[in-house]
Amino acid sequence: MASIRVRGLGKFYKRYDRPSARLSEWLSLGRLQRYEPVWVLRNLSFELQAGDALAIVGRNGAGKSSLLRLLNGTLNPSEGELEVKGRVAAMELGLRFHGESTGRQNLFIAGQVLGLSSDQIAELLPEITAFSELADHLDQPIRTYSSGMRLRLAFSIATAVRPDVLLVDEALAVGDARFQQRCVARIRLFLEQGSCLVFVSHDPQTVRSLCSRALLLEDGRKLREGSPAAVLDYYNALLARLDENHDIEQAQTQAGAAATRSGEGQVSIESIELLGGDGPERSFPVGSPLRVRVRGRAHQAVADLTVGVAICDRLGNHVYGTNSYHLEVDVPALEPGEVFDAEFQMPANLAPDPYTVTAALHAGRVHLEGSYDWWDHALAFEVVPGREPYFVGRAYLPVTLRFEKLPAEVGSGGTDARR
Amino acid sequence: MLQSVWSYRDFIRGLVLQEFRERSARTLWGHAWLVIEPAIQIGIYVVIFSSVLQAKLPGSGDRLSYSIYLCSGLLTWNFFAGLLLQGRMLFVEQADLLRTIRFPRSTLPIALLGRNVINAAIPIAIFLGLVAALGRWPGSVLFGVIPFLLIQTLLGLGLAVLVGTLNVFFRDVGAFVGIAVQFWFWLTPIVYPMTVVPKPAQAVLDWNPMRHVVGAYQRVLVEGRAPDWPTLVPLSILTLVVACGSWLVFRRLSPDLVDEL
Repeated sequence: MASIRVRGLGKFYKRYDRPSARLSEWLSLGRLQRYEPVWVLRNLSFELQAGDALAIVGRNGAGKSSLLRLLNGTLNPSEGELEVKGRVAAMELGLRFHGESTGRQNLFIAGQVLGLSSDQIAELLPEITAFSELADHLDQPIRTYSSGMRLRLAFSIATAVRPDVLLVDEALAVGDARFQQRCVARIRLFLEQGSCLVFVSHDPQTVRSLCSRALLLEDGRKLREGSPAAVLDYYNALLARLDENHDIEQAQTQAGAAATRSGEGQVSIESIELLGGDGPERSFPVGSPLRVRVRGRAHQAVADLTVGVAICDRLGNHVYGTNSYHLEVDVPALEPGEVFDAEFQMPANLAPDPYTVTAALHAGRVHLEGSYDWWDHALAFEVVPGREPYFVGRAYLPVTLRFEKLPAEVGSGGTDARR
Repeated sequence: MLQSVWSYRDFIRGLVLQEFRERSARTLWGHAWLVIEPAIQIGIYVVIFSSVLQAKLPGSGDRLSYSIYLCSGLLTWNFFAGLLLQGRMLFVEQADLLRTIRFPRSTLPIALLGRNVINAAIPIAIFLGLVAALGRWPGSVLFGVIPFLLIQTLLGLGLAVLVGTLNVFFRDVGAFVGIAVQFWFWLTPIVYPMTVVPKPAQAVLDWNPMRHVVGAYQRVLVEGRAPDWPTLVPLSILTLVVACGSWLVFRRLSPDLVDEL
């Protein structure tokens, strides 16, 4: 029976000022302690039963990988209790392949590393090949594989035999959407069959669809634990942190784009807020109302002001953008010291993904005529699956479908026409 | 522990074969190089020293004796040195694996041994074939080298684990071992016979355990005489001490091992 029990878990690495400090510690045979403990994980407790899936989120260096390695048993805990029951399979990007060997040879090597015998691997080979969809490449050297193909191979072998405990470390992000879906389906099947999952990921969609709980790590400590939605929202707020602290000129946002600010400053943006149906929101179900509220202040008399917003995807492509000029909203002239709110409301008809909001105050139709304040990627938010029917692509187009069976002669007529 | 190692036998075989697979990758002749290279090397030693330089061991008029003397020491020494030199990277080169996957660590020294046994067995087999072809087969005395080979293997493996472990924490160890192996080679009568060494220096060289190990091979193959059995006692004690010491050091340091990789 699979289970994980972690109580008061902590891990530190030893840091020595000089390499010789370690030597003098060794030579003192335990009487001296010359290292400084650098804690990467402290006082962590959680429990997983069979079928449970826990998502671990947190910034780089928060201790996620160390936690996975502790669970995997490659690292030893410095304090606390750690009990992992069942066979563990770790799906780390680190599953290294040998470039000169073929995919097939590497499958055997990787399987052997996981403790499978050659006979077992040979038996599983057809199934592994089918799942990875790499049959055509199996006898090519690994160095000719793309990183996505390597991932497919690695995932297929690591999950060829259902593990009791599956540890997945952001690896899935490399695969294409189709393979990700297949991985998710397979993991879900394992969960139903009684495996435990610990999943490190920043992909809110996958986290929401797989995990029942999430845990936010910050500096090696548990900051939040709860439903994936709540924890991810908190995490995004933590990342953006621009709400309380809007004088930050540059901050790393969720989408990875840097928030940058420029402009001549005749009018400045005081704050940008993202609002949902009832108050501030960072995660919007597809199609739900999304409001961007830009608060500005004039520092000089300004006769010509345009307020604009734009939404960018994680690659920085503009997904949508417009401004008060195009919307034909009359912006009155402003006196120094005057404050205003401009609120854009639109449905979040976007594919589930992270996005950022850019806001701008400028003169004229486009900002070229004079930019007062321009705030790129000021806030990050996410669109998450809602109640809409499943769809693929970048945008959600409210859709209806009419299906009708046609009389036989009409149907054949259509075929004829195509000929 | 033995049971878990046994269940990882295919993994060990994979580790051993990996090196040979990589060496033969993108070659036309593949594994043939494993034989061609040592065969030519041994051929050169025999031809150059017996025919061109006409080197002879002191007190022997035999043209082949020096070549046989040289090869019997050199090929076995290479086995020993290979263990030590490759042993330096025992854990360091598998850092990725150790960090990401849980497996018995004892599989790594076993794979190291396997790799070096194959590496050494090929030239030694070629050499023995040549000895037989030249009509110098020593006969049943040859079995006398077995205990010495075992001791040499265990000593080399013990030192390899020690060096491989320490090298994780201090890379100086690796550099030091590289130099130490060279000195050790020249302090062992392999290229030169013991008789050319001045008497006081001979007493010093007697403290070199490898001198006795290599000496046994040379006695069997050059002179066709049984090894000097009593030397087995101190050699066995030393090997046991080294193996136990190395095991203790590994045990003591292994909790920090992956942290440092």
